[in-house]
Parts: sequence; C-alpha cells; structure tokens
Amino acid sequence: MSALRERLRISNLPKPARYSLGALGLVFLFLLPNKWFYEYLGIPLGFAYIPLYTTKNDMASVLFICTWIILLSLGLNVVVGYAGLLDLGFFGFFAVGAYVVALLTSPESKLLTEYNWLESPWPWLVAVPIGIALSLLAGVLLGWPTLRLRGDYLAIVTLGFAEMIRIVAKQQDWILNGDRGIPEVGHPPGSVGGEPLFSFDAKPYYWLALCVIILAVFLIRNLVRSRVGRAWVAIREDEDAAELMGVPTFRFKLWAFAIGAAVGGLSGTLWAGQANFVNSTTFSLENSILVLSAVLLGGAGNIAGAILGGFLVIYIPEWLRSVGDVFGLPETVTVGGSTYDISPTSLRFAIFGIVLIVVMIFRPQGLWPNRRRAAEIQHRKKEVAVGE
Amino acid sequence: MNIGELLRSFPELTVTGVTQGAIYALVALGYTLVYGVLRLINFAHSEVFMVGTFAALFTWGLFGLDSNTERPSIGVALLAILAAIVVAAVTSAAVALLIEVTAYRPLRHRNAPPLAFLITAIGASFVLMEVAGSLTVRRPFGVPALLPSKPLFDIGGWAVTPTQVTTVVVAIAMLVGLDYFVQKTRAGRGIRAVAQDPNTAALMGVNKSRVIALVFILGGLMAGVAAVFNDIKTGSTKFNVGFLLGLKAFSAAVLGGIGNLRGAALGGLLLGLIENYASALFGSNWRDFVAFVALIALLMFRPTGLLGESLGRARA
Amino acid sequence: MSEQPSLDKPSDAPEPTPSAAPAGDRKPLLEVDNVTLRFGGVVALNQVNFTLYEGEILGLIGPNGAGKTTCFNAMTGVYTPTEGAIRFQGGKISGQQRFKITKMGIARTFQNIRLFPEMTALENIQVGADAHHRTSVPGALLRLPRHRREEKDGLKLAHDLLELVGIGGTEHEAARNLPYGSQRRLEIARALATRPKLLCLDEPAAGFNPAEKQDLMQLIKKIRDTGVTVLLIEHDMRLVMGVTDRIVVLEFGRKIAEGSPAEVAADPKVHAAYLGVPADAA
Repeated sequence: MSALRERLRISNLPKPARYSLGALGLVFLFLLPNKWFYEYLGIPLGFAYIPLYTTKNDMASVLFICTWIILLSLGLNVVVGYAGLLDLGFFGFFAVGAYVVALLTSPESKLLTEYNWLESPWPWLVAVPIGIALSLLAGVLLGWPTLRLRGDYLAIVTLGFAEMIRIVAKQQDWILNGDRGIPEVGHPPGSVGGEPLFSFDAKPYYWLALCVIILAVFLIRNLVRSRVGRAWVAIREDEDAAELMGVPTFRFKLWAFAIGAAVGGLSGTLWAGQANFVNSTTFSLENSILVLSAVLLGGAGNIAGAILGGFLVIYIPEWLRSVGDVFGLPETVTVGGSTYDISPTSLRFAIFGIVLIVVMIFRPQGLWPNRRRAAEIQHRKKEVAVGE
Repeated sequence: MNIGELLRSFPELTVTGVTQGAIYALVALGYTLVYGVLRLINFAHSEVFMVGTFAALFTWGLFGLDSNTERPSIGVALLAILAAIVVAAVTSAAVALLIEVTAYRPLRHRNAPPLAFLITAIGASFVLMEVAGSLTVRRPFGVPALLPSKPLFDIGGWAVTPTQVTTVVVAIAMLVGLDYFVQKTRAGRGIRAVAQDPNTAALMGVNKSRVIALVFILGGLMAGVAAVFNDIKTGSTKFNVGFLLGLKAFSAAVLGGIGNLRGAALGGLLLGLIENYASALFGSNWRDFVAFVALIALLMFRPTGLLGESLGRARA
Repeated sequence: MSEQPSLDKPSDAPEPTPSAAPAGDRKPLLEVDNVTLRFGGVVALNQVNFTLYEGEILGLIGPNGAGKTTCFNAMTGVYTPTEGAIRFQGGKISGQQRFKITKMGIARTFQNIRLFPEMTALENIQVGADAHHRTSVPGALLRLPRHRREEKDGLKLAHDLLELVGIGGTEHEAARNLPYGSQRRLEIARALATRPKLLCLDEPAAGFNPAEKQDLMQLIKKIRDTGVTVLLIEHDMRLVMGVTDRIVVLEFGRKIAEGSPAEVAADPKVHAAYLGVPADAA
C-alpha cells in the first residue's frame, strides 16, 4: 500500500507526466474565478457552490485575497519556516510596499499635491520595484539591530515594529494622510479592446498575482535548494554549530529577513493596485497573525505547505460565510429575551480558531509539512510514548 | 515636543501612569508566569483578561448597577468592587485553565514543536474573542459609576482619586501575595523547580501537570483583578479590549525580563509612566508608538530585559 | 580529496617566531601562547602553552574538568582568552568571528554530537563544504554558473567524504536516524568538508567498542596522511597512545606534561593526575 503510494507520488512520476499534470493544474487555477467554468463542469449553481464557490463575495475577489495572502505566507515561510526566526509583524513590510505604490502612483498623493516632488503620478509598473526595494531595505534596517536577539524577543520586537508602522500610517498627516488614506492608486498597465485590463474587477489581478506567485515559488525554490537554504536550515537546527561550521549566521539571517520583507512588500504592491485605496486599517496586527497561522497551518519549511495554508486561512472563513445560505441556517437565535447573531458569517473566525487548534493537536507539523520535518515530529512523538 | 505640557502636568501624568502601570503589571504577570514555566507566549492571555472585564460587568449587574444608575454610596461601591474582583478573578482563572486543558495540554502530550503551541494560542484567542463578539453584538458596554471622582487628596498638584488609590493598593497587595506564594509556599517551590528544570523536577516528584495548571490559574486570577480596575478606569469594555492591553502587558513583561515576576511589575510600571509622559510630550496619538520605541531601544541594550529572566532562580 | 592541503605545500603565512623550541624543522601551525581563561572567579585555563606542528597528531588529555574542551572552544572562537593569544599560521585568531576561524582552516567535532538532525547526511557535509563557497543570494536566486559549479563541487566532495569516513550509502538518511557511530563519523566528514588545515576531534571515540576504536584510529591516520593536522581530545589511553605523535596533558587548567606518548606515559605527574596519588606511592 505504502509502496504504491510512494510510486504514485508526483515527484516520482516520469517528467512528461509531471509537466502535463502541472500544466493542467495551472489551467484549472486560471479558470477558477469564472462562473461559467462551474456551469461547464456541470456543477449546478446554488446548492452546488458548497465545495468551491462562495456566495457572499465575488469569487474572483476571494481568490485575489487568497493570492496576496499566499505571497505573504511564502515570504514569511522563508523567515519562520526555513530560518526559524519568529516574525510576528510581517504585515509591516506589506504596508511599506502598499504605501510606496500609493504615494507614487496616486494623483491625490501629497508628494504631488503639496510637495511637488513628482511632476505627475508614476506608472504602477515603475512603482512596484521601488516598493519591493524599500520593503527589503525596511527588512534590513529592522533586522540589523534585532537579529542578534533571541527568538522570543525577536517576536516582540517585530510585533512592535508592525504596530509602529500602523500607528504612523494612522497618525501621520504630512505625507501618508492619516486615516483618510490615499485614494486613486494606480493600476497595472494593459488594455483589451480599448478598455483598461486592470481596473476594479479582481479577476485580472488574480491572474497577475498567480503569475507572480509562480515566479516567486521558482525563485524561492532556487534559494532553498542552494547553500542559502542549507544555511537557513542549519541555523534553525543549531545556530552555534552552524557558525562553527563556517556559516556566517548573522548575514544569512539578515538575508532571510530581507527576502521575506521583499516578498511581503511585493504582495503589498499588488494589493494596493487592486484596492485602489490605502489607509492604515488593513495593516492591523490580526493580519500579521493570520499570515503566521497560514504558514504554520500549512506546514512551516515547505513551499507547498505555505501556499496551502495561505489559501485556507482566507478560504475557510469565506466559505463558512456561504455555508449558512446554502443550508438555510438561521442567522440569529433568541435566548432569554436577547437575540444573538449565530450566522457562520459572524462566527467564522471562532470556527477558524477551532480549526487551528484541532489541526495543531492532530497534525502539529502542519497539513503539508516538509517530509523530513514530519518524520522528525513523528520521532518526538515516539519518544514521548516510550517515556510515559 | 511639548516639554511645557510635561512639566505642567507632571504630577497628574505620574499618578495616571502608575495606575495604568499597575494594570499592565497584573496582566504581565500572567504572561511571565506561563513563559517562565513553559517557555510559551500565551497569546490567549489577553482574552482571559477580556472575559474578566465582562465578568465584572455582570457582577455589577447583579447589584442593580449599570452605566445609567446613580453613583452608589461608598460602602455599596466598595462591596460591589470586591464582589467583582472575586467573580472576575475566578472566571478569568477558569478560562485560563480551560485554555491550558483544551489548547496546550494535548499538544504537550504529543510533544509538539513550540510553534504549534503558538498557533493553538492564536486559535484559542480567536475563539474567545469572536464568541464574545457575537454574544455582545460587538458593541461597547458602559461601566457603572462606582467610586467618587473627586480627588481623595490634593497635595501641591498631586491629586489622587479614590479609583487610583484602590487600583494601586490592590495591585500591590496582589503582587506581594503572589511573590510570597512563589517564594515561600510548597506549591510555589514546585513552580520554581519546574521553571528551572522540568525534567529534574519531575524526577524529584513534582507533579508537572499540576504546576502548569496552577500557573495558568494564578495568571488568570491576576488578569481578572486587572480587568475589574480596567473597567473602572476606562469606563467601558468591548469584546476586543484585551488585544491592545494584552500586547502592552506582554511588552511590559519583556521590558522587565520575561519569566521574572518582579520584572513584570517593574516593566508594567515603567510602561505606564513612559506612555503617559510620551502622550504629554508628543500628543496622545503617539503614546503607543513611543511605548514600542522604548521597548525596542531597551532590548537593544539589555537583550534580556531590565531584571533578566529568572522565574527559576531564588530571586524569582 | 585532492583539495586538501598537503604537507609540502608552502604556506603563504609569514614565518612565526616559535614560542617553544621547534621539534626538528617542522613548521608550527597553531600556537597556544600563555592562554588564561577565567569565568568569574573560576580559572578554566591557566597560562597554557603548547604548539601544534603541521602534519602531526597531537593528543590533548587530562582528567575530567581539566580544561580540554575549554581549550578547544578557545581555539575555535567560542571563548576569547582572558589573557594570552592563540595564533594560527602566525595570525592571531583569538577574538575573530567563529565562522571566519573555520574559513581560515580550523574545524572541529563536538563532544556531544551536534549534527543538524533533520538534514540528510549529505546536506550536513554540504553545509561544511559551503564554508568556502562564495555564492550568495543573488547567485543562488538566478542559478548563476558559479553557483552551479560550487553546488557540483560541494556534492562531489560530500560523496567522497562519506566514503572516506566509511559511511557511504547513507547519503539521504536524516542525520538523526543514523546509528550513533555513523553520526560520529558524519561529524568528522562535515568538519573535513570545510577543508581544514587543523582538525580538532573532541572525544571522537566516546561510546565506541574496541573494534570501532580500531577503525577510528585508522581513519585518523588516514586523515593525517591527506595533510591535515589533527588535535585529539580522548579519554581512552590506548587509543591516544596508539595514534598520536605527541601528547599534552592538562590538569586543573594547567599544562603538567608534554612529550611523546612514551615520555608522557612514564611521567609520574601524569600518573598522579589520573590516579590521584604519585606513581611511586601506588
């Protein structure tokens, strides 16, 4: 049985089979936001949206949120999963990327209207690399003094950093325009039949983000399969031994931080393009925590796990919102004269919390862990069994 | 920078800072106790505190007091506060214990990696916060007026209200009591033993599970007391009240040296003062910002906090 | 193993002034010069002096707590000596960053095995081989030619070293799943992958049976024959006597004897240190 499963593993299939499977998967992903696709598959609408479609929100929007969260978890996975550095404020880098794009591309940006630093709004495509570069710089600036701190202290410092960015975004009036935010953020270029390709519809953004994810996965995979990835894992496993084996640990920790930050910033630039409006509310700490739970839920130290986790943390709550409609569950219940909202929509994060606990109890290594790491945790379990 | 404002209202800022610091310190103790024994950041502790704020409100409801009632007589007010302290502390302790039993203990039995604990902590936090949010329709609840707002005394600008006095006095009593408990009692010795070396302690016959449960209960008691005074101080509560306060209290614990009880008290006090001085200097919008800057700056120079980490050592 | 520096290869480091009388015309590789190390009030090393010459196997012995491992740690940069200096090929290494010391050519194993448990045997060795690789993030990201060349070389070296230490066939086993003896050998392979001039072995035979010890002696000699100088901490006297060229004896952080195995074995001070009584009183 297990031998058969071993033979059926995708990585053990012959190359052409693997490539065609991959291509099929990609086509599927690109078709996903289209309603007609479900009809074509023969899934009746309505009841049938249960497994895939969401009814409370446009499917393309949900998928786009999934993609930028997946990008964030890919970035955080480098920091937490590979290098083993606990970063609780990852959304700060997302904020840097989003604000850079907003400031450079919006005609309402104070850089234009008040300071005349810019002649006219820059194109989105030019702003993106700058956003990534500045996020990376933010990562280095934060990492330089703090990466010498031990694990839990690093956690609180990164958490503080993200809170500081949020507070600055909320209060700072001279450039970031406080809570009023920056509207009319630029869109990516391109047009189809005279109509701009990217405007408010989330579908093209989803496709764009999907391409970006593929590129990011390719690059990150190159990294983790090189000496850089080995250095990260060595640092995670035994930092002192790594240093004594010639690994410049500080430099590679800083790299992990910087790369994570750059990917996080990239996610922010994509998001800003679609959201069209940037202010501080998106950068709350809850979101940092959501991304961290995505990485650990999916399986830290595994790219596929990070993608799965990023998808689930958005999709489960969204899907729960539609479940109530489909089954005709009551929205409220009245107990002792008071009415309580028990719709899945309002309870979705509570349910998500239970999911997190249950998954961690039964699969502490995450849903799709690195095979080696899973073996390691199995090993620890056995040790306990013997010890008791 | 508004130094004039700082100098003018220095006494008032100091008094409110100490009061705020007392609340931070009480909540910080919960983080520090659990961290000292389990090396775990108990993220759900903020919700333990949140439940306490509602438990206090519920108790006052039993006294027939709500945000619209007249201020009761001093005797009734003190009785109501005392009752709320007992109810909130017990409720918070029960919630803390519930979290330990449902979210952490199963993982310990499976020897899960440390990050898995962090995730169940986040999960437990989500569950508690969202359930409370649903039950309260996510709206803020006003707290009844209890103690007179007129200052108890005013010596050269150092005016102190009865609420502030009560908060600080009760907080000090709790701190001293906890310190005594950990230092001098048999159960406290067990806590220190497990904090220092869990395996050896287990070999020496210390019941690790019981010690861990005790630590959660103690942290819960402290958070419940803090919740009562936070209610009175801020005049309202909401399902997400624990979030920012928990974050601050955790910072306070780190500031003093996490795992160190006296450090948590010192860290809370300092954080309360820094915040209040900062809001005078830079405007109240920037108080949280300054609090975090201070935290990070301190960690740069003293990477293990002001007093270092040492629940296990005799100094606690 | 052709990359290992050999004995006759001229060293480009300036000729140091030897602090001890040179044994023959051999070149000093590492000099421990009057090193004192204090932790608070405890003196872990007290004015220790000795010199390692290129191509020799030096044994460092002494009773438990004599300061052997501390001495190792000072040499690999874990501790900085309170007084005195450690010179490697004439250059001062005390106070250098640890990974730089490794790059200069000092590698070590650990008394209690410290492999990277979740990495495979091969990857463990590759980490060591990476010490001399110059690829960084941009090169790896874009898979530049140098990166691919270094990966290939590192992999080849890793395979060769696995064979050398005698655990070929375990390439893809996670280090923690290897049997104890193989883990000790893997540690040696990982240290050799950093292409050291000096290999420091910290009790490599701990927990070995006599046959395994015999194999280990052969391995140590083989490593020396590739041109690597070896410093060996070991408790097993037979092993130390059988494999080393010279021995330094420490007791309570002081050097109490130095010489050939035969000289040390005959030294009454050494007997006293090990048995607690002077040899003639026993």
